[in-house]
Amino acid sequence: MRDLGPDRPLLVVTLLLAAYGLLTLYSAGQTDVVTQAHGVWLRQLVWMAIGVVAMAVVFRFSFRLVEWLAPAAYAVAVVLLLLTLAVGTGQGTAASTKSWLAVGGHQIGQPAELAKVAVILMLARYLSGLRESPRNLRELIGPCLIAGVPFLLVLKQPDLGSAIVFVGILFLMLFWSGVKPSLLFMLASPGLSLLLAFNTWTWGLWMILLAVLLFVWRPYVVEGVFLYVVNSVMGALAIPLWQRLAPYQQNRLLTFLNPEIDPRAAGYHAIQSRVAIGSGGWFGNGFTDGPQKRLAFLPAQHTDFIFSVVGEELGFVGVLAALILFLMLFLVLLRIARRATDPFASLVVFGILALFFTHVFENVGMTVNLMPITGIPLPFFSYGGSFFLVCCMSVGLVLRAAWDARLSGYADV
Amino acid sequence: MNEFHSYRRAERAGIARWFFVATFLVLVVAFFRTQVVQHERFRVRAEKNRLRIVPLVAPRGIIYDRNGLIIAENVPGYAIKLLAPSQDSLHAVLARFREVVPLDTSEVGGIMSRYRQAPYQPVLVVGNGTFEMVSRLEEHRAVLPGLVIQSEPRRYYPDGPAVAHLVGYVGEVSERDLESDRFPGAQLGTVVGRAGLEQEYDKELRGRPGVHYVEVNARGRLVREENVAPALAAIPGEAIRTTIDLTLQRYIDSLWQAAAPGVRGSMVALTPTGEVLALYSAPGYDPNAFVGGISTEEWRRLNDDPARPLLDRAIQTRYPPASPFKLATAAMALKRGIATFTTHMPEPCRGGLQVGNRYFRCWKPEGHGSLDLEGAIAKSCDVYFYQLGLRIGLDAILSDGVLMGFRERSGIDLENEIAPIYPSNAAYFDRKYGPRGWSKWGATLNFSIGQGENTQNVINMTRFYAALASGGEAPTPYIVRPRSDQVRDLGLTPEQLMGLRTALIAVVERGTAAASRSIDLSIAGKTGTAQNSHGEDHGWYVGFAPAEKPQIIVGSIMEFAEHGSNVAPFVNRVLHRYVAGPGIPAAPSVIALPADSAPRSMQIVPDSTPQVDPVADDTVLPPPPAPSGP
Repeated sequence: MRDLGPDRPLLVVTLLLAAYGLLTLYSAGQTDVVTQAHGVWLRQLVWMAIGVVAMAVVFRFSFRLVEWLAPAAYAVAVVLLLLTLAVGTGQGTAASTKSWLAVGGHQIGQPAELAKVAVILMLARYLSGLRESPRNLRELIGPCLIAGVPFLLVLKQPDLGSAIVFVGILFLMLFWSGVKPSLLFMLASPGLSLLLAFNTWTWGLWMILLAVLLFVWRPYVVEGVFLYVVNSVMGALAIPLWQRLAPYQQNRLLTFLNPEIDPRAAGYHAIQSRVAIGSGGWFGNGFTDGPQKRLAFLPAQHTDFIFSVVGEELGFVGVLAALILFLMLFLVLLRIARRATDPFASLVVFGILALFFTHVFENVGMTVNLMPITGIPLPFFSYGGSFFLVCCMSVGLVLRAAWDARLSGYADV
Repeated sequence: MNEFHSYRRAERAGIARWFFVATFLVLVVAFFRTQVVQHERFRVRAEKNRLRIVPLVAPRGIIYDRNGLIIAENVPGYAIKLLAPSQDSLHAVLARFREVVPLDTSEVGGIMSRYRQAPYQPVLVVGNGTFEMVSRLEEHRAVLPGLVIQSEPRRYYPDGPAVAHLVGYVGEVSERDLESDRFPGAQLGTVVGRAGLEQEYDKELRGRPGVHYVEVNARGRLVREENVAPALAAIPGEAIRTTIDLTLQRYIDSLWQAAAPGVRGSMVALTPTGEVLALYSAPGYDPNAFVGGISTEEWRRLNDDPARPLLDRAIQTRYPPASPFKLATAAMALKRGIATFTTHMPEPCRGGLQVGNRYFRCWKPEGHGSLDLEGAIAKSCDVYFYQLGLRIGLDAILSDGVLMGFRERSGIDLENEIAPIYPSNAAYFDRKYGPRGWSKWGATLNFSIGQGENTQNVINMTRFYAALASGGEAPTPYIVRPRSDQVRDLGLTPEQLMGLRTALIAVVERGTAAASRSIDLSIAGKTGTAQNSHGEDHGWYVGFAPAEKPQIIVGSIMEFAEHGSNVAPFVNRVLHRYVAGPGIPAAPSVIALPADSAPRSMQIVPDSTPQVDPVADDTVLPPPPAPSGP
């Protein structure tokens, strides 16, 4: 056993990401036009201080305590989400949605962020308590309900981006608990059916593929038939569901497919973000010197599109550095999840990995039009208190898991 | 739970690691594609986002006279423009702008319509800003977002009205011109020559505009003006050197303003080879008023003025050539061998001539008696030329006149020269009046003294005299370079030409010995009086000097001057000034002029037929049908 300090690679990667994020946030505020981003890096610095404290506090929590607290945290999260739906307010680019809770006129946070952690804890508790990992669709009902309730509540706000995060967490944690990929695929099939139903041909092909796969994988007959029926219903419902979407949601999805159909309005974000990133080239326009950012062509440059600032000012090299840091974070988390002392801790760490991964992939992917535009923050980069706090607390949990693993002499496994 | 045995975890961790690395690679490839492969495309797009083009005006070429004096140049000026993201914001800014610099409603309307044509470019608000105006605007810059002040070369004509019709003026190209591509390479807002030399040589004078970039933000607001992107410098226009003698042009203007203020007319000076020494038309206008956009009020005033100051009376107005045309009749007779200088006509002048049952009067009721050709030219005797014309015959007068160039434009290198009216054959009269509706005699007599369906502009008549003054060949007049090398050969021998010149020595002006240098200048010239139905007759005078070896030919008309003899003193002073130079004061001249009066234009149509105006163009002052002789 070597020294008993906290997991050094995780601390270093986190610190590097936070520093990189703060510098980018500073740059995001350096504009020729007065924007909201002006000076937010200072406020983020305050949040960082609070985050470090929160991290230290969470680090003190035993995983048994966390496991015991999980249902309560989950209940609080659901109540807060319900409350948000009732009295929530919007802010910034998503002014018309109800994702914020305010007390006395001060917006204190987005309950959805808290709900993400709560779902991770609850799922970890549920899955680690199983004797066997789920083998069939019926056994997946429990986890699906745990993730599904907050998912639907957040979707109702509406906040598609955060809702997708719950799906990512669910699937990755199920995978980590040992659920077979074929079962995960079957679980995902209704969603895929929904997406593919916009073209009769692709949907027809999909249904044939599904039939073949069901035949090969041989689930229970009831489940197979049920799955096929659900897929058919989803395909049929696609058009009515589409029509029930708000026009801006439709536009976002359509402009994701082709931003140029509406370059002034709906496609504006997608286009300007790519223009900023593309104009960066290999080495970028120089720190704080991105013209698209400076002249406010880049929207939400301190929150949702902060990664475009990296792309514009530091170029492909800066992007690569950031992505490598994120990959290192994932791999460190993966290592800790693998070495955790017990299934609950392992699942929590992997759930946190899932949380970070979904956020990074969704946010970074959206800046290059790889993903549809959803207002979802980039961990350690985007300005925002509650999400940053959630990230710090998550890292605190992971540090504790790594610490526990080392203490148990499990470290070198 | 078995699934969390370490080897099972390691197995899944392996899968997960590949999954994360794979998605990482997907992102890396996506960024590589956007940032490296498509970099150029997005870079251009980003520049287009933030940069707005401001054209840099090229200084127009300088126009020099023959001695290197400046006729048109450029002085520093300011163009005041506004860059606005929308019409509403332009309106708002203009409202504040008007508190600093007053603009009238029509100007604001013009600015708004210019903005609509090119909303992404700074719109021109004031084209001829002064330093004082600019400094006032700079003080208020904080409340005038998007204000762009460009120092722009500004056209300046030091001599103003004296050279107005010669150089013309400049103005912004119109939409119609852009559509018809009359000014190749011009874009919206380009300043082009709109008259005179500025228009004729616009291609050379204009130069090529450069570009300058300003930076705007996402709302289209101006952020930076300087050092935004490399600018492309404007290429200045080429300078042109003219044949004009600016001192002479100025002299003519000062003379006209001093001695005949308010008199309409024009004066043209040529060298024997066709170089234009001066081209003057009165009343003039100030071409500097057009620079940077003429005000609506001023434009209306120029257009509504009954004196029509914008009309170049040297090339755009036709007058009956009157007595100066008698030289053409004489030249035709000499060429055809019908007469020599000593030929007498059968009927001496007794104040008129009976042809058939009609009596055609001479301008001098007492009569001239019996004259030879030289005498008839000197005395401008109508009766002599009636008979000469009858000998030549109408068909020959018409065909020879066409050969001498009376049917075509002089071809001077200025736009909008009006074509003279001169029938090519007698069929013209048949078409116009019907085969029996006109009298051949009447037409012949009219033409032989420069009346009838014969109207010429001043430059064309002066050109004819240039042929008489030189080797009998009428050159194409030019200011910068001839449009063609075509010459009109009068077909006369040198002796005949010398004889005509001698006959034209109408005045001998002797410098008195009192001056330190004496000058003995013989001036040849011909007066004329062109009939004018609208009022007093117009006075003609075409002269050259020195008569023996002419250096300069000057033609002039003064509207409502009654007599050519009223015009002659001016022209003679111009001739004297040119030949003798400015140092030598014009001696008190002893002028012995034939007091030529208007030869009456004869009615060639029977009295009963309705009177027909032979000239359709309203810029021309047609000869009125005079009351028939007793």
